[in-house]
Amino acid sequence: MSDNFERFKKCAVDVLSVDEGQIVPEATFESLDADSLDLVELVMALEEEFDVNVEEEELEGVTTIQGAFALVESKL
Amino acid sequence: MTDTTSRVVLVTGGNRGIGLATAKRFQAAGHRVAITARSGEADDSDGLTIVRCDVTDSASVDAAVGEIEETLGAVEVLVSNAGITRDGLVLRMGDDDFTDVLDANLTGGFRVAKRVAKGMMRARWGRMVFVSSVVGLGGQAGQANYAASKAGLIGLARSLAKEFASRNITANVVAPGPIETDMLAALTDDQREAMLAMVPAGRLGAADEIAAAIAFLSSDDAGYITGTVLPVDGGLSMG
Repeated sequence: MSDNFERFKKCAVDVLSVDEGQIVPEATFESLDADSLDLVELVMALEEEFDVNVEEEELEGVTTIQGAFALVESKL
Repeated sequence: MTDTTSRVVLVTGGNRGIGLATAKRFQAAGHRVAITARSGEADDSDGLTIVRCDVTDSASVDAAVGEIEETLGAVEVLVSNAGITRDGLVLRMGDDDFTDVLDANLTGGFRVAKRVAKGMMRARWGRMVFVSSVVGLGGQAGQANYAASKAGLIGLARSLAKEFASRNITANVVAPGPIETDMLAALTDDQREAMLAMVPAGRLGAADEIAAAIAFLSSDDAGYITGTVLPVDGGLSMG
């Protein structure tokens, strides 16, 4: 896995209070018990970690770890 | 309060009046209390952490809360009390008089709540109490700006209540009636008497009576109370 995914994973583990092993690309936020507030909090943490800016509407349709990671990576 | 946990409490505008009475009450109950003031000074601040903060400036709010987090820890109880008045009849009220009061009293509450919410979310526990006013419920000639800002706090608190309920964070409003503070001392004797005539209790309230209501809404016991407006006004706003 890339360094970026490791950094992403660290944010997700921290914010969502889940185990590292649960942060796999195909995991859905629903399966991680993450609601919309968690998602917002995760995005804020990722914005800080990667120094990117994510708009509210870009989050629409993002339901998996893969989707969120791809969104962040597309901005690097 | 029946709480035994020592919480980190932030009271904005805590340097006098209701804010200071509230800070002292929390302090007496064993909590760690920070107060903010524009001047960075307070009337009687024994043992309170005083932080300079202008609630109309997000950077100032961020710096102030950051300082509190470093010295006391993450804010667990927010008492949003900072407020100003700039009274005048609507026909004589400038746009700035209106927007400045809204910016301090309403947007200021939003700025501070937003800043402390993250820590509360992380802790899965938080209490926010917004100090509104009886005039926010009933309106007041000469205080369109102030009354609008105080009414606005109710919508703000109730939205926060809904957004953060799942995180064990409550947001409530206390609506004081006429309380013996500097803000009221500015009234003329006639205005004072007219006001008292409308209060069923027949007296002014004490700042500590507001503090008591705030302390209750901030307690563990009040965990199932959120989005409520609690008038503490000697019966003034009934019906």
